[in-house]
Amino acid sequence: MDRRDFLKHVCLLISSGAVVGGLSPAAWAKMIHKDYDPAKHYYGMGVDIDKCIGCARCMQACKTENDVPGDPFYFRTWVERYVIKVDKSVTVNTINMGLDESRDVIMEKDVLRSFFVPKLCNQCDHPPCVQVCPVGATFKTDDGVILVDGKRCIGCRYCIQACPYGARYLHPETRVADKCTFCYHRLVRGLLPACVEVCPKQARVFGDMKSIASPLGRFIRMNKLHVLKPSLNTDPKVLYANLDGEVN
Amino acid sequence: MKDFFKKIPEQAVRIIVLFAVLALVLLVVRQFILPLELKDPALQKNSAMEREAAKEVKYAGAQSCGQCHEKEPEMKKSGYHRDLSCESCHGAAQKHVDNPTDVKPTSPKKRDYCSYCHNYNSSRPTGFPQINPDTHNPRKPCITCHNPHNPKPPKTPRSCAACHAEIERTKATSYHALIECTVCHSTPEKHKTSPRTVTPTKPDKREFCGKCHAKGSGGKGMPTVDMATHGEKYVCWQCHYPHMLGGI
Repeated sequence: MDRRDFLKHVCLLISSGAVVGGLSPAAWAKMIHKDYDPAKHYYGMGVDIDKCIGCARCMQACKTENDVPGDPFYFRTWVERYVIKVDKSVTVNTINMGLDESRDVIMEKDVLRSFFVPKLCNQCDHPPCVQVCPVGATFKTDDGVILVDGKRCIGCRYCIQACPYGARYLHPETRVADKCTFCYHRLVRGLLPACVEVCPKQARVFGDMKSIASPLGRFIRMNKLHVLKPSLNTDPKVLYANLDGEVN
Repeated sequence: MKDFFKKIPEQAVRIIVLFAVLALVLLVVRQFILPLELKDPALQKNSAMEREAAKEVKYAGAQSCGQCHEKEPEMKKSGYHRDLSCESCHGAAQKHVDNPTDVKPTSPKKRDYCSYCHNYNSSRPTGFPQINPDTHNPRKPCITCHNPHNPKPPKTPRSCAACHAEIERTKATSYHALIECTVCHSTPEKHKTSPRTVTPTKPDKREFCGKCHAKGSGGKGMPTVDMATHGEKYVCWQCHYPHMLGGI
């Protein structure tokens, strides 16, 4: 074997290895659910503050649908109650799941204005949580939903720290980061997220951001919209109508 | 070439062999032991989405109910609860859809379920129907007066409430809430145009109240008295105020 042959063989070996190691996995990629194609969708949600009655049915439904622990500090979605007094002081509380607080008749004095704000993962187009994940466990799907790969997550909580909306928590049983997935398992079956399904006032509107003739399309056309913390340039896909300036 | 190999010192050969073995082990691990999705981010994403999509659906969605139930969805269509999903009140029902005979969804009949939405709360939007549970027929289940599939506010004839609003408000919280004004007061049509000269009647006989409250004539839970011994020389309303809560 001369030097020329040796180099030839080495080059061949390396390139064949690259072909076997690099290309074969792609052939394994398959449909995630029946004939659902993520590339054909781009999901978003609209929330109308003026419609929310703070009944907490969405919180209840989310916990049921996604097996979120029952304790009142693990939430994928939650509803905040804002009370702004005449002296401009602002009180914010996450409402209980209707067990006591929302059933009590609250007679407060000197209330200037008051309202409920449903919150959830904003499914940012530029998600800080994805950027900080050291193992690439959290990622954006082609349909715009931010998911956590529970198998790859090491539970380091960087993403929980990084989320400006406080939308993530560490699941006490699986010990990995958990968050709203827009009920991804329902979306692939053509169903609405559980919170949207049960909302009695249609305060939550769900749909495809690209589609014009849809409830979300109409919501986007007919309302003055705002997003939470726009200055962070996270570009959320959860859009708020009639949002008060005090909300952050 | 042979000379070249002979010239290599033995130590160098050992190191080269060691590295060759290490490289071989690495190659074997990468090719045969590592799962495919650890090698390719796209595949990892795909498998995470697949796992997410495979999760169990618990809320069946509004379309499922109408496939078997006809009466309730039809009744609901025109009422105030028309936009309410069945599962908002009856709970997650996918199991019931899968197995309609053995698994039955819940059916909240108690007063405290309606209060999730309808108790007074200053944060609820103006115009949303709310009650004060302490004064609005306390302890009475809502479904005795309101049909949850087609809820309507029960009311006295509008013509009475126009002037006698205070009585109507008092009566609305009493046990007599469902009895219309004209059951006890026969009102000439002229009373509407000349209210002071033509007055409605008042029940002037004990027997009138006795129709419901005499011993042996009352329905379930109706307070009854022995008409012969209970305050025989008075007309009932001289001691009891029938519009008031508890009739005292």
